[in-house]
Amino acid sequence: MLANHQLLTVAVTGLNAIDSPGPGVAVIRALREGFPDRVRIIGLSYETMEPGIYLHNIVDKTYQIPYPSAGTEALLKRLEYIQAKENLQLIIPNFDAELFNFMKMAPALKTMGIASFLPSQEQFNARDKINLYQFGLKYGLSVPKDQVIYHESELYSCAENLGYPLVVKGKFYDAIIAHTLEQAQKAFYKLSAKWGFPIIVQQFITGTEINIAVLGDGKGNTISSIPMRKLYITDKGKAWAGITLEDETLINLAKKFVAATHWKGGCELEIMRTADGTPYIMEINPRFPAWIYLTAAAGQNQPAALARMALGETVTPYTDYEVGKIFIRYAWDHITDVKEFQQISGFGEL
Amino acid sequence: MHLKKNIATSESGFIFNPGTGDSYSANPIAAEIIGMLKEGTPISSIKVHILATYEVSASQLEKDWDDFCNQLKYANLLDN
Repeated sequence: MLANHQLLTVAVTGLNAIDSPGPGVAVIRALREGFPDRVRIIGLSYETMEPGIYLHNIVDKTYQIPYPSAGTEALLKRLEYIQAKENLQLIIPNFDAELFNFMKMAPALKTMGIASFLPSQEQFNARDKINLYQFGLKYGLSVPKDQVIYHESELYSCAENLGYPLVVKGKFYDAIIAHTLEQAQKAFYKLSAKWGFPIIVQQFITGTEINIAVLGDGKGNTISSIPMRKLYITDKGKAWAGITLEDETLINLAKKFVAATHWKGGCELEIMRTADGTPYIMEINPRFPAWIYLTAAAGQNQPAALARMALGETVTPYTDYEVGKIFIRYAWDHITDVKEFQQISGFGEL
Repeated sequence: MHLKKNIATSESGFIFNPGTGDSYSANPIAAEIIGMLKEGTPISSIKVHILATYEVSASQLEKDWDDFCNQLKYANLLDN
């Protein structure tokens, strides 16, 4: 448990802030608000052009870490080096692709004195988009029908079973709406070339796009859930502005998900609410979303609550939040010097 | 006809539905009527008030009232 005056050192990934931004900067902002004047932030970056590296009022120091494909051994070695210098108490990873390594390393990190608060491998796999339909059936959640395919010829049966338009999705990211077989074939080849197999072909559901930021305690309790309607959507389908909603149906959906899975940590439910009010779960992202600071602004600071739980505190579930709170994302040209770029490029830390 | 309980309104005519995130601007008369609906004023009393305050015939008011109700229903601001 953390004493009130004790300095908390937290490592955070996801410092990129492009048009599909990583959640790191927003997580840090929430942590700084949740632990005023007593948190030291260590950024963990993959590339030299992640803006968080150069935002020294946000990140105190940054270390580059190996790409997830390098495996856990390389990452653990790097974290041992960082730990010797920084005495980290907690790591909050924010990318889907790195979570596997961090989950696997959690016991080793714990012996190094570094806490984490992550879902189990089983929880992580169950909500994978490849398994989403079965997941929905198992827990009685509304999810779109889908087919997981490995060959282009399977698109014929997808069209027969799901009808047009249908949504062709990559294994990790990207989705393309196809209105004809030709469009579906083109999407199939494009997404399989980029992300590999399988390809997920999903029933097209139309409605209002809503996301729910959720924090589970790993024992079936929902510590926080904040529904947000997207007000402005980028061409990549990301929320560039959003507003908190008051809707018991959405809150109960989040609670049902957490109770069923015993989800541990943060996650984001991507919802499509149809005209008849049915909330379909389109995807479940196994980490905080990039708009997570809105939860703090609305009165439920999810990153700070996660940190407290990770450090052994019992956190009482939040009950209230401010409805009608809006975030509007903006781009800002941060100016830095080539010396800083040289430092992170040449030495892997800044 | 009942407005949803959680609908937020302002005197300037701004209407916010916290369940959907939608917002609307009402003109002064619409804002006045919505304010009265929120206070629980019976529809018959609202109509009497409109007829007494504005230059409008009873038949025109009925037509406009139906149109107004449809707009509120379409905007998902009414209880089902």
